[in-house]
Amino acid sequence: MQEYLKQQREQAWRVELRGKIKNKERGEIPRVKMPEMNPMERVCYQNREVNLGLTVEQAVKEAQRCMDCVNPTCIEGCPVSINIPKFVKNIERGEFIEAAKTLKETSALPAVCGRVCPQEKQCEANCFYTLKLKKDPVAIGYLERFAADYERESGQMTVPETAPKNGIKVAAIGSGPASLAFAGDMIKLGYDVTVFEALHEIGGVLKYGIPEFRLPNKIVDVELANLEKMGVRFERNFIVGRTASFDDLKEEGYKAFFVASGAGLPRFMNIPGENYNGILSSNEYLTRVNLMNASNQDFDTPVLRGKNVAVIGGGNTAMDSVRTAKRLGADRAMIIYRRSREEMPARVEEIHHAEEEGIEFINLTNPVEYYADEKGRVCRMRVQRMELGEPDASGRRRPVVIEGSEYEIPVDVVVVAVGVSPNPLVPSELPQLKVSRWGTIEVDAEIMQSSMPELFAGGDIVRGGATVILAMGDGRRAAAGMHKYLQEN
Amino acid sequence: MNEIIKVESFSEKVVKLVVKAPRIARSRKPGHFIILRIDEQGERIPLTIAGADEKSGTITLVAQKVGVTSTRLCEMKPGEQIMDLVGPLGKATHIEKVGTVLACGGGVGVAPLLPIVEGFKKAGNRVVTILAARSKDLIILEDEIRQWSDEVIIMTDDGSYGRKGLVTAGAEEVIKREKVDECIAIGPAVMMKFTSLLTKKYEIPTQASLNAIMVDGTGMCGACRVTVGGQTHFTCVDGPEFDAHKIDFDELMLRLGGYKEEEREAFERYLQTVNV
Repeated sequence: MQEYLKQQREQAWRVELRGKIKNKERGEIPRVKMPEMNPMERVCYQNREVNLGLTVEQAVKEAQRCMDCVNPTCIEGCPVSINIPKFVKNIERGEFIEAAKTLKETSALPAVCGRVCPQEKQCEANCFYTLKLKKDPVAIGYLERFAADYERESGQMTVPETAPKNGIKVAAIGSGPASLAFAGDMIKLGYDVTVFEALHEIGGVLKYGIPEFRLPNKIVDVELANLEKMGVRFERNFIVGRTASFDDLKEEGYKAFFVASGAGLPRFMNIPGENYNGILSSNEYLTRVNLMNASNQDFDTPVLRGKNVAVIGGGNTAMDSVRTAKRLGADRAMIIYRRSREEMPARVEEIHHAEEEGIEFINLTNPVEYYADEKGRVCRMRVQRMELGEPDASGRRRPVVIEGSEYEIPVDVVVVAVGVSPNPLVPSELPQLKVSRWGTIEVDAEIMQSSMPELFAGGDIVRGGATVILAMGDGRRAAAGMHKYLQEN
Repeated sequence: MNEIIKVESFSEKVVKLVVKAPRIARSRKPGHFIILRIDEQGERIPLTIAGADEKSGTITLVAQKVGVTSTRLCEMKPGEQIMDLVGPLGKATHIEKVGTVLACGGGVGVAPLLPIVEGFKKAGNRVVTILAARSKDLIILEDEIRQWSDEVIIMTDDGSYGRKGLVTAGAEEVIKREKVDECIAIGPAVMMKFTSLLTKKYEIPTQASLNAIMVDGTGMCGACRVTVGGQTHFTCVDGPEFDAHKIDFDELMLRLGGYKEEEREAFERYLQTVNV
């Protein structure tokens, strides 16, 4: 790996490019600002993307900031080890399609990752600018998105070559990022790949979870169409283990399975009044709006619109929910989070966008009870103030209750976004499968193989709750592991 | 796509649909339900499976016109397609030989009750079934239920058919007359609540099948949560049947009205489009 990177770095065009601009000059270029839609305008639309993308000039300028380090620490921060300097330098020299190809060497969905990865915790946290110069890192995420978008919009999107068909049938269960990455790799290796999805739409969390103002559906659809062109088959409305059993599918010729059924059961806090009407999980709220189009009156699915909407939690799902509430017309859209802004797991950019849109942050605060009107609809919530104590197992400072600090907030919709538990549907059909006490499937982390040799797993059903990029990495490792397994057996 | 093979109206508001779904016809068991979406604009609704024919690859559903989706579904014709249909979902009914089973069905709840009655009968139980409805035209599947019951008692609120009175009157008569080992109640929440209160008094183990609001039906959204024995459960993956004596029926009834306003507005919009 190190050798390969070095060799690539020594290619003539890279050497020449490094000589063109002095590193001192590169270091003086300020980090690009992502053009965004005006906050007051964008909160009127559920499906208009906030970030507009870099122009060619902006992208090239930003790429010039990258010093093409001898030791590219940024790559260490990337869960799928994208050759970051190579794609960035390709942007600098104007070879945008080459840049996109570089991304695709390792990432199955660069247009998606450029939008939803927490870059500030991954590649950009490990950028030379961050580590040594104490300056803003190279905007690797923006550049990734730029290259992927450029390729897609150029009409030069190539369908990757696939090996001759080997006639071996494999199944992916679930159609989120882990499965899509898995399917892409397996179809390239010549397998006959079918992706089974329980819902009526392919894409998993990319469709039902992440709102269009952050990840437009058309971006995902292009990737899905590409997989279809490569020969991947998609079966919607199909629950493996229910619609047909694993044994049925084995009889139909499937030799191995990749389970990536995702995070299922939403967690609640188990506090009094939590089952009143108007209190719902972020999964329900976002599914109604994103998957079922509930904000559009031409569609039959309803969604609760509130004047005072509280969203409990500080992760990306909480940000997606509260910004959706604003777009559905809330006067007051609030985040209630028990720690402070520093500890929020959400992407920094999402918090920033939420602030621009007038989201109210009530941090260091936790709900303790809900109250309802005579019809059983939530009308106010009781919260308590918290302060930060010693760090806990996660390394974040533990929130401690401030006694006597309770007060009430009027609310008519409450969205609970405090995490999810693994989906129990698949494990419950396989009593012999080894699962942890949290219900996640136990696998060998190298090849993602479970206690049943023909069954591999990845994504949230293994990790409990992770990111799109980690799920994709799992899918790719599982593909390599399953390929080896099928060749040997 | 799932083709509608046959449609039969039980009454002005209740319709039986036979739908092509070969995989589900093979894998479903009593107690299972499906989720369907009529078309691109449709919402996802759960319906319990009333029967299946493996040979023809069809399942039977019974729907009652309540809101937009159920009304649209009831007005579909043979040959038309249901865009999405997924299942079987939920846990199957636990069926074994217990002795005498008292099956209570209210309104369209008789449809999901039918395969359960059949299952208990085939397992060697004596089955007494009570069919209850507001009036004669709302009593459904009587012949099919009779086929699998040792005795059928019909109760109507207005006395237009069978005996006048509520399901509980018929049930209590049976309980007083003979030893009942297990009871199963399916119908409107209020009917299940009072049946449960009655059997609790006589300490008869009772299962109720709940018709909660759902979106995905696979354990993802949590819309269907219900309090059973003081704990929150998800109807779609933990149910739909629960120990009736532990269900918080009052909460269930409130939660069933969770989208009442939105549903009423949507129905008014729907009626306008139909009139145009």
